[in-house]
Amino acid sequence: MILIGERINASFKDIKRAIQEKDKGPIQEWARKQAAAGADYLDVNIGAASRKPEDMAWLVEVVQEAVPTPISIDSTNPEIIKAGLKALDGRPVLINSTTADDAKLEQLIPLAVEYNAGLIGVAMDERGSPQDVTRRVENGAKIFAAAVEGGLEPERIFLDPILMPIKFMQEQAKNVLEAIREYTMLSDPPPHISVGLSNICSKAAERSLISRTFVVMAMAMGLDAAVCNVLDEELLKAIATAELILNKEIYSDSYLQAFKMKVAGS
Amino acid sequence: MAVEIPEVKQSWPNPINTVKIGATKEEGGTRTSTVTVGGETTLPFYHFEGEIPNPPVVAMEIWDVPGEEWPPAVKEPFAEVMHDPGEWAKKCVEEYGAELICLRLVGCDPDGANKSPEEAAAAAKRVLEAVGVPLIIWGCGNADKDNEVFPTVAEAVSGENCLLGTITEDNYKTLTALCTAYGHKLIAESPVDINIAKQVNILALDAGFKLEDIVIYPSSGALGYGIEYVYSIMERTRIAGLKGDKVMAMPILCDIGREVWGVKEAYAPREEVPEWGDERLRGPLWEATTAYVYLLAGADILIMRHPEAVKAAKEAIAELMGRNGGGSS
Repeated sequence: MILIGERINASFKDIKRAIQEKDKGPIQEWARKQAAAGADYLDVNIGAASRKPEDMAWLVEVVQEAVPTPISIDSTNPEIIKAGLKALDGRPVLINSTTADDAKLEQLIPLAVEYNAGLIGVAMDERGSPQDVTRRVENGAKIFAAAVEGGLEPERIFLDPILMPIKFMQEQAKNVLEAIREYTMLSDPPPHISVGLSNICSKAAERSLISRTFVVMAMAMGLDAAVCNVLDEELLKAIATAELILNKEIYSDSYLQAFKMKVAGS
Repeated sequence: MAVEIPEVKQSWPNPINTVKIGATKEEGGTRTSTVTVGGETTLPFYHFEGEIPNPPVVAMEIWDVPGEEWPPAVKEPFAEVMHDPGEWAKKCVEEYGAELICLRLVGCDPDGANKSPEEAAAAAKRVLEAVGVPLIIWGCGNADKDNEVFPTVAEAVSGENCLLGTITEDNYKTLTALCTAYGHKLIAESPVDINIAKQVNILALDAGFKLEDIVIYPSSGALGYGIEYVYSIMERTRIAGLKGDKVMAMPILCDIGREVWGVKEAYAPREEVPEWGDERLRGPLWEATTAYVYLLAGADILIMRHPEAVKAAKEAIAELMGRNGGGSS
C-alpha cells in the first residue's frame, strides 16, 4: 500500500497560517511526523491560503529541507503544480492531480513525462464529479489511455475514483468500490488506484473507524494507494492486516512490527 | 520464420543483503581469506536479468569429536584426521578446497560426550589455528547446553567474525546478544516454515540485532525427503526479499551433508540393496544432486561432507556463474 500523507494541506488551519506567514515550523514538524509514521509520499497543497505558484515552490522547498520523503504536489492549477515541480531536488514525485478534461490532460501528462513523475488522475470531467460507476470508469479509462499514449507506464499512473462523504452521499461508497474493481482490469499490470481516504468520513462521527473499514474493503477490490492520515495507528494496523489477507506480505506472528519497520523505511 | 522471444526481464527493487564472514589481520581477526555472500538483485543465476555479485560457497563440515556415526563412504576420506578438528579442517581446506569450515559442536550434546564450554572453545581455537578460512560454528542442538557453551565459544573466537548458529523462535536471546557483543554473524533457523522464518528474524531485530548480519537457515531436506517443500520456501523467501520485504532479504544457508548422510538412499550398503549400486558412488552423487537443487532454489552457503560431492557442487557453481562460458552476460 502506498501511503500519501495528507496533513500538509492549507485546509488545515495551522498549515494555512504557516503558508501565509512563511513559518516553516509547523510544516516541517508535520513533514517529520508523517515521514516517521511511514508516509511514502507527503502531499503538499497550498489550497485557499494562496494562489501564487511561488508559494507552492516555497512549500516544496520547506518540506524537502526537513525530510527525504518523496512529495505529492497537490493542486487543481497546473501553473501551481509546475512551480512545485521546478522546486524539486530530484526526489520522486507525484502530480496530484489531473482530471479527464482534455485541457488538463494536455498540460499535465507532458509535465509528468518531463519530470519523471507519477500522475494521479481523478475521475471527474467538465461535468463535475461522477455519481455512478459508469462515469467513473469512463473517465478513469480516458485518463489511463491518454497517459499511456503520452508516454507514462501503467505503474506511474494513479486513478482516483473520487470518494465522497458517507454522511451526505451514502450510495457513492459502493460505486467507488465497484469502480476500483473495474480499474484493475484496464491493463496488466494494472495502474495504481488511489483515493483521498478522509473524504469518506468528512463531518461524520467515528471518522477513524469509517476510514479503516472502507480502506480494507477497497483494498480487497484493488486499491493500493491512499492520501490519508498516516498518523492514525489503527488505520495502519488495518492496512497491514489487509495486506496479509491479500497475501501481499508473508505472515509472521510479529507482522505488525514488520509492517511498522517497513513503513519506517528500515 | 523468425521467432520473437518475448521480453521477460523483471526488475526487483530490493537487493538481498550482503554478509561477510571472517576477518583478516587488518580487520581484527586472523583469517587469511574471508567469504562474502548475498547481494543478488535477481533470482538464482538469472544473469540476463540482474547481478549475482557473490557466487554461492561451499563450507565443509567437521565435528569437535570424531564422526563415529558417519557412514563409511563419507568417513573414509577423513578417517586419519577425525581425531583432531584442526587436522580435519586442514584436510578439507588444503585437499578439497573448502571455502569455509563448519565446526559442529556435536561433542557438547549432554546425551553424547557432554563436553564442556572450554573444550568447545578449544576445538574452535584449534580450527582457527589450523586453517585460514572463515568459520561457521554450529551448536549441538540442545538449547540449554548451547546457551551454556556459546558464551565461552563466542568470546574465544571474538574478532574473527564467525557465523554462529542457530537461533530459533524459542531460543534466540543468548546467541543474539553474544553475536552483538563479539561481532559475529548469526544463523536464524526455522522448521521449513516461512512464517516462522520471518518471525525469527523479527525477534532477532527486536533484540537489537542487525538484519544485515543474519543468514537464514530454513531447514534442509535431502533429495527425496521433502526437498520440494524447502525449495518452494526458499524461492518464496527470495522473491519476497527481492520485492522489498527487508525481513526476508537474507542470504540462505543449506545444511546438506548432515541431511543426506542420514538417508538410506545415500548410505545403504550395496550388499543390502544390490539394485542401488555402489554406495561409495551413490552417496556422494546423492549429496551432489541435493546441492544442485538447493543452488537452483537460491542457496548462498552449502554445508557439505563428501569431497567428491563438494567437488561436483563447486564445478556446478562455476558453470552456473558462467566461468566456463555459461550464462554470464
